[in-house]
Amino acid sequence: MSLSAKDKETVKTFWAKVSSNGEAIGADALSRMLVVYPQTKTYFSHWQDLSPGSAPVVKHGATVMAGVADAVAKIDNLTSGLLSLSELHAFTLRVDPSNFKILSHNILVVLSIMFPTDFTPEVHVAMDKFLAAVARALSEKYR
Amino acid sequence: MVQWTDFERATIQDIFSKIDSAVVGPAALSRCLIVYPWTQRYFGSFGNLYNAAAITSNPKVAAHGKVVLAGLERAVKNMDDIKTTYKDLSALHSEKLHVDPDNFNLLADCLTIVIASQMGQAFTPDVQAAFQKFLAVVVASLRKQYH
Repeated sequence: MSLSAKDKETVKTFWAKVSSNGEAIGADALSRMLVVYPQTKTYFSHWQDLSPGSAPVVKHGATVMAGVADAVAKIDNLTSGLLSLSELHAFTLRVDPSNFKILSHNILVVLSIMFPTDFTPEVHVAMDKFLAAVARALSEKYR
Repeated sequence: MVQWTDFERATIQDIFSKIDSAVVGPAALSRCLIVYPWTQRYFGSFGNLYNAAAITSNPKVAAHGKVVLAGLERAVKNMDDIKTTYKDLSALHSEKLHVDPDNFNLLADCLTIVIASQMGQAFTPDVQAAFQKFLAVVVASLRKQYH
C-alpha cells in the first residue's frame, strides 16, 4: 500500500492547510492517546503529569508533529529521510511499533475534529496511508 | 459482563440521542468503503463503487448505512447485555455474510471519525474513550458467534 502521486499531492495540500496548527494537533492527539489507550502511558512514567493538555504532553505533542511535518517534506523517500528517527525509536525509545497505529488513529480523530469539512474521505485515506508509511519508516531499524 | 460507569452510560446515550442517524450511518459506511477499499468485497451487488464520489452518492450504500446504525442503536438500548442482543446478528455476519471480523474495527474507526467531526470539541478524550469502549464491546459481541 505505497503512496501514489495523488496520495502525496493530497497529503501535501492538506498539510499546507493545517500545519500552522501542528502543535495543537500534536498536543490533542497525544492527550487522547494517553486517555483512550492507557497502556501507552507506560512510555511516559518519567512525566509528572500525564493529563490532557499538561505541560509535558503539550511539549511532546509539538515534538511529534514536528516529526510528521519533516516526514511530509521527505514524503518521496521516507525510509532514508527518517533514518535517524527510526534509530532513535528502535534503539533508544524502543516503542512497540503497534503504538504507531494507535497514535496515527488519534491524529486522524483530531484532524476530523479540527477540520471537519477539509478532512474528506479522500483526504482521510491519503493521510491514513501516509501515517502508515511513516510508521513503516520508523520501524525500519527495529530488527 | 461489561461494567459501565455512569459517565460512560450517559455519554453513549447522549451521543446517540444527538446524532442524525440518517447522516452518520451513511457517512461512516461510505467512508469505510473509501478509506479501506477492500471492504467493498461484501457489497458486490451495490452497483457503482468505482470512486469516492460514486460511493458517497450510492443510494444502496446510504440505505445500508442506516441499517448498520439501527443495529448500533439496539446495542445502545441494551448496553448491559450487548452480547445476547447481538447473538443472531453475529451468527448472520459469520454464517451468511462471511464478513472477516477484522473489518468490524475498520468500520468502528470510521464511525469514531465521523462522530468526532460532528461533535467537534465536545468529543473530548473522555468522551472518545467511552465511545471507543462501546464500539469495542459491539465488535466483541459481533465476533462472539464466529467459529
